[in-house]
Amino acid sequence: MSTEVVLHNTPLLEEHIALGAKMVGFGGWNMPLQYEGILTEWDYNRRTCSLFDCSHMGEFIIKGDAVESGLDGIVTQRLTDIPPKTCRYGAMLNAQGGVIDDLIVYRKAPQEWMIVVNAANSEKNAKHFKDHLTSKAVFQDISFETAKLDLQGPLSRDILKTLVPGIAKLEYYTFDEFTLLKEKCLISRTGYTGELGYEIYYPWEKSKELWQAILKNDKVKPTGLGVRDVLRIEMCYSLYGHELDETISPLEVGLDKFIDFDKDFIGKEVLLKQKAQGSRRAIGCFTSESRRSPRAGHKIFNEAGRIVGEVTSGTFSPALQSGIGLGFVEKPTNTIGQKLFFGDEKTKAAAAVVKRPFYKSGSLKH
Amino acid sequence: MEIMDHYLYTKEHEWINIEDNIGTIGITDYAQSALGDITYVEFPQQDQEVDQFEQFVSVESVKAASDIFSPMSGKVIEVNQKLEDNPALVNKDCYIKGWIAKIEIKDMDESNNLMSAEEYRNYLESLEH
Repeated sequence: MSTEVVLHNTPLLEEHIALGAKMVGFGGWNMPLQYEGILTEWDYNRRTCSLFDCSHMGEFIIKGDAVESGLDGIVTQRLTDIPPKTCRYGAMLNAQGGVIDDLIVYRKAPQEWMIVVNAANSEKNAKHFKDHLTSKAVFQDISFETAKLDLQGPLSRDILKTLVPGIAKLEYYTFDEFTLLKEKCLISRTGYTGELGYEIYYPWEKSKELWQAILKNDKVKPTGLGVRDVLRIEMCYSLYGHELDETISPLEVGLDKFIDFDKDFIGKEVLLKQKAQGSRRAIGCFTSESRRSPRAGHKIFNEAGRIVGEVTSGTFSPALQSGIGLGFVEKPTNTIGQKLFFGDEKTKAAAAVVKRPFYKSGSLKH
Repeated sequence: MEIMDHYLYTKEHEWINIEDNIGTIGITDYAQSALGDITYVEFPQQDQEVDQFEQFVSVESVKAASDIFSPMSGKVIEVNQKLEDNPALVNKDCYIKGWIAKIEIKDMDESNNLMSAEEYRNYLESLEH
């Protein structure tokens, strides 16, 4: 007996196929992996501008007071002092302190919130919210009516300005509602690449027109999930399923600054114990001494040849022209400057722990 | 997909071009396209003896690593040093400038285990269905 996995399609499937994309299953969705090639797409993102279809991601609307609705007790970031039209990154945890998902909270109005979550976790997240929100909250899943187009790169503001003149006023991690090609939409100055960029939440059935209008500009190229992963690893951003999952403590990944210990939230008790005891392992960012790249699942060895951890994400970095990786290692192998090896018993390659991020000249806050 | 008429091919998408008793080895257009942008080639040792269909090279692209198998048995006599600084040559010109290694062929009869250009073309078509 075979079980066939039916993948969801974004509203832009035909566009991807027309552009010659290689498609791949990701988080239950049929997504473009690459169009022209990862290195070409990398170049567009870092030097000019790139466009991603991220319609697979999940969006929820929650209405109600932060505390009375129960939302404040579900997510780790502080909600009560977020100014309206501002975003804040954080996570939601299970009772054991493991990460159910990382997420961004948008405060649309004093009592209206949008939560953006990973595609693969969308269903379990919706359930978690419904289980823990109080009767004072109104919950709505708008994932299948909301397309999401990410315009990212040093020229993204100049390009988006031609379609939305008011966009220039958006500061990093803020958002507003705009009219774009006659449709009302939410645009935030956020992203996952380390470059200046915007995430556009747009009506599902109109998104094809927006996609085509943006790509009319020859300084923008469509970019796939392949390069998206390279870009986020260059920035040392965590990806759920790699650096984050329900068995991993957010403290081990260095998410401390996105956790508000002055409030109550699910998982807090366990995290407090972990803080008191200290963790034996931590995430390390390391650069290969050659063009050989670490890969998820590779073992990490210390200088004495003992296994001290495992690679969670790895890639060749076009910026550094060498392999780069993230992985959990026993302390103190996570110390900056520490030499280590990645690979398997047969083949090991030398690397050194470096300060995050790998890529330091992004236009993120320009 | 481009295929060179006088080369021989493996099911794993390597090619070998035999001149006298020397075989020049690389990967096919199909293989380079499937791998994407190649970023690193790990060569065999000089004088290393390899058996037919034995792994002797590994090729890395941005997002993956792949084993390359020798189409025939023999001794490695040369590797393409240009790939050290410019592994993208494998993508740009996989059959000529992007060759990977040369071997001194041990047993010419092993070529019977390889596909001709026409057979390889049919093989590629069969993979698409």
